[in-house]
Amino acid sequence: MTTGTSEQHIVSYGKLTAIWLALLALTALTVWVARHNVGIGHVWGSLAIAVIKGGLVIAFFMHMKYEGRLLRWLLFFALSVLAIFIGLTFFDVLYR
Amino acid sequence: MNSAEKVHPPGNGGFWNDTGKTGITAWIFSTDHKRIGLLYFYSVLTFFLIAVVLGVLLRIELMAPGRTIMGPQTYNAVFTVHGVLMVFLFIIPGFQGSFGNLVMPIQIGARDVAFPRLNLFSWWLYMAGAAVIITSLFTGGGPPDTGWTFYVPFSERTGTNVSLAVFGVFIVGFSSIITGLNFVTTIHRLRAEGMTWGKLPLFVWSLYATAWVQILATPILGITLALIIAERFLGTGLFDPARGGDPLMYQHLFWIYSHPAVYIMILPGMGVISEIIPAFARKPIFGYKMIAFSSIAIAAAGSLVWGHHMFTSGMSDTAILVFSFLTFVVAIPSAIKVFNWVSTLYRGSISLEAPMLFALAFILLFSIGGLTGLILGAAATDIHVHDTQFVVGHFHYVIFGGAVFAFFGAMHYWLPKFYGRRYAEKPAVVAWVLMFVGFNITYFTMMVLGMKGMPRRYYDYLPEFAPLNLVSTIGSWILVSGLILMLVNLFRGLFKGEPIDRNPWGAATLEWTIPTPPPTENFEEEPVVTHGPYDFKKAGIT
Amino acid sequence: MSGGLHKDNAGAKLGMWLFLFTELLLFGGLFLLYAAYLARYPREFGAAGREMHLGFGTLNTVILITSSLLVAMAVTAIQRGARRMVLLLLGGTVLCAATFLFNKYLEWSAEIGNGIYPGSSRLTAGPPGESVFYSLYYLTVGLHGLHVLIGATLLTFVAVRVQRGTIHAGDYVLLENGALYWHLVDLIWIFIFPLYYLIL
Ligand code: HEM
Ligand SMILES: [Cu+2]
Repeated sequence: MTTGTSEQHIVSYGKLTAIWLALLALTALTVWVARHNVGIGHVWGSLAIAVIKGGLVIAFFMHMKYEGRLLRWLLFFALSVLAIFIGLTFFDVLYR
Repeated sequence: MNSAEKVHPPGNGGFWNDTGKTGITAWIFSTDHKRIGLLYFYSVLTFFLIAVVLGVLLRIELMAPGRTIMGPQTYNAVFTVHGVLMVFLFIIPGFQGSFGNLVMPIQIGARDVAFPRLNLFSWWLYMAGAAVIITSLFTGGGPPDTGWTFYVPFSERTGTNVSLAVFGVFIVGFSSIITGLNFVTTIHRLRAEGMTWGKLPLFVWSLYATAWVQILATPILGITLALIIAERFLGTGLFDPARGGDPLMYQHLFWIYSHPAVYIMILPGMGVISEIIPAFARKPIFGYKMIAFSSIAIAAAGSLVWGHHMFTSGMSDTAILVFSFLTFVVAIPSAIKVFNWVSTLYRGSISLEAPMLFALAFILLFSIGGLTGLILGAAATDIHVHDTQFVVGHFHYVIFGGAVFAFFGAMHYWLPKFYGRRYAEKPAVVAWVLMFVGFNITYFTMMVLGMKGMPRRYYDYLPEFAPLNLVSTIGSWILVSGLILMLVNLFRGLFKGEPIDRNPWGAATLEWTIPTPPPTENFEEEPVVTHGPYDFKKAGIT
Repeated sequence: MSGGLHKDNAGAKLGMWLFLFTELLLFGGLFLLYAAYLARYPREFGAAGREMHLGFGTLNTVILITSSLLVAMAVTAIQRGARRMVLLLLGGTVLCAATFLFNKYLEWSAEIGNGIYPGSSRLTAGPPGESVFYSLYYLTVGLHGLHVLIGATLLTFVAVRVQRGTIHAGDYVLLENGALYWHLVDLIWIFIFPLYYLIL
């Protein structure tokens, strides 16, 4: 027998396929935005879309939505650390 | 001490003879955390001793101006290899690998770590990385001469065997990551019943914080080292100004790992001290929560201060301001620990045995190291002493006086438990005195020399620095004679000394409740924890 | 709580996630460099990005997303005890991985043919930011490709265990962890794609 919290949670094929379709749509969207929106500003737009896509993958494909609070918290923590590393470096990059 | 039933040499009793395999395979293929701990212990100790010899050679070269025993190129190679071995093969893997493995699972009431086979794999990776590093010394263009920091652009251009050495460090880093994730999982999943986070021994807390640093910072080192190799072989030019690269980005990446790495070195040491002090003051630790919390705070805040290594590199002024400020913030949790240790000592019934002496030396030397660190962390004063012998003195105070003295303390405190025999007290004290005195003569003098302007990483110096350098070198001989005495006494004791019973120090953590040496499974039945780690009364110790 | 007798699946998954964090930070170092150099050379990055093969990039994105779907379905399938289905889905995933790498090979060949590779005379002569862009591109995508290779090998190994029946509806944490690794490969590509292909 298995133990733990999320193992028993089964994500149906239908739901996974829906997520897949959403990811494809977002991919199309991001390509479209990039082609119709010249200028550096859209880096943020593309990144925002990438974040949404990443969120979908993590939440449903990787079952994070069905995990306990610990894992979610730790993931948030790890990503924050990366953001801080990049952010603090920019005190140098931007002001040199 | 009731010794009648306990006259057994190591290899006889507890986990020592609980195995089907014999000889070396019983060790190098064992997944028992205690055996892996000892494997790690002897491995890191070996590299420590090799590196000590190199350190002494450095000091001998500096004994008098001009060439004494080696020329400039050799000197460059020797301090590089000394630094690389000490940092990457001794003190970073040292605590987690040896004492972390030996005692952490027992302290939380577990039979082993969460992933025993991964644990063994981690040791193998460590050895493989070490083998690659050693190979790099004797092949290709000879031992690297970049300093342990592998700074670009020199590390990209030097003809010495940097690529291979860096690759070795990369592998060792991977091993460190694996240990880290193993420990975090273990501490989350395998605590015995009743072992709540609030009852976790402080050593475990410190390992937990350290493990997080290993997990989140080491990958940055990995990619940085991989980039050096890519720069050398593929000519990617990412750090080459001629092609748009920026050497300072290398320094950022390197220190994003390597400053937190200082906490990988020192945090477990602080944990050891937090175990030893209550045991030998026979008093519950003062401010348990503050010490546990400050471990986390040090790990967190310590990850934000890497820029203080770059004040003179040409980083932006804004960044200098930010990093200087943040560096001062890290001093707070470190100071919290020191105050709590001292408060624990206050009115305790202190017994000055060897582990306690090392703990006291730690507090003093670490404080000196930490306070001189503030001189370096303040941008204005750093510009004066940057890259001088002051820096060398400072970090030896922190790492040697702090982490390594704690390591010695741990050797005296815990190894007898695993061998079932102990060292003689008097020689241990003499050795401690020699090391303490020698240490201060060696490194305090180096700090003074740095203040006077003697730069680091040179085999030669101006004649006016000669007298103090001689003093420092003589200090290093005293230090090493103490070291030798300590090791001889310790190991003689472990193999031939007086047998000990379960709890020779009268400590209240779980490892002292099981037989000496511990059986393979640690606990006959799963323990149920009912009192805190320093609650001597409830543990029935008076 | 204490392990030893029964398998601790939640622990195994926690360990896997921790490992994924280290992978994120490994790539994080490269993303950090990307961000810093983008801030310095926005125009050169734009110019270089325009020359990338958007077609290959988009196709590979679709392939990876699809492979992620397949491996996620494989987890669902094993929970339902449909072994043949699991094997089919894993086979599909590995096939996607191979196609991805083959595309990469074609793409890189074309680029190298155009004189775009680290240290090439064309890049050395061009503006400094461009050479940085392509160096980062090769390193990041190369490292990612390595992960595709490792992930595919891992999933093949998992498939063999499913075939042998050592991974089954009652104990499939290995498959779950393999799938997690594969999703991470996808996740990183989701960020590589806009940063390198869409920065026009
Ligand atoms: C008997 C013990 C030791 C002696 C005599 C010694 C001596 C020295 C000396 C003289 C230098 C400076 C060379 C220079 O810059 O000109 C040095 C550098 C260094 N030492 Fe030690 N040391 C000892 C122990 C340690 C320990 C225990 C550690 C750390 C765990 C350590 C880590 C380092 C590092 C990282 C460097 C910097 C290397 C570089 O510049 O790249 N040393 N040591
Ligand atoms: Cu630092």
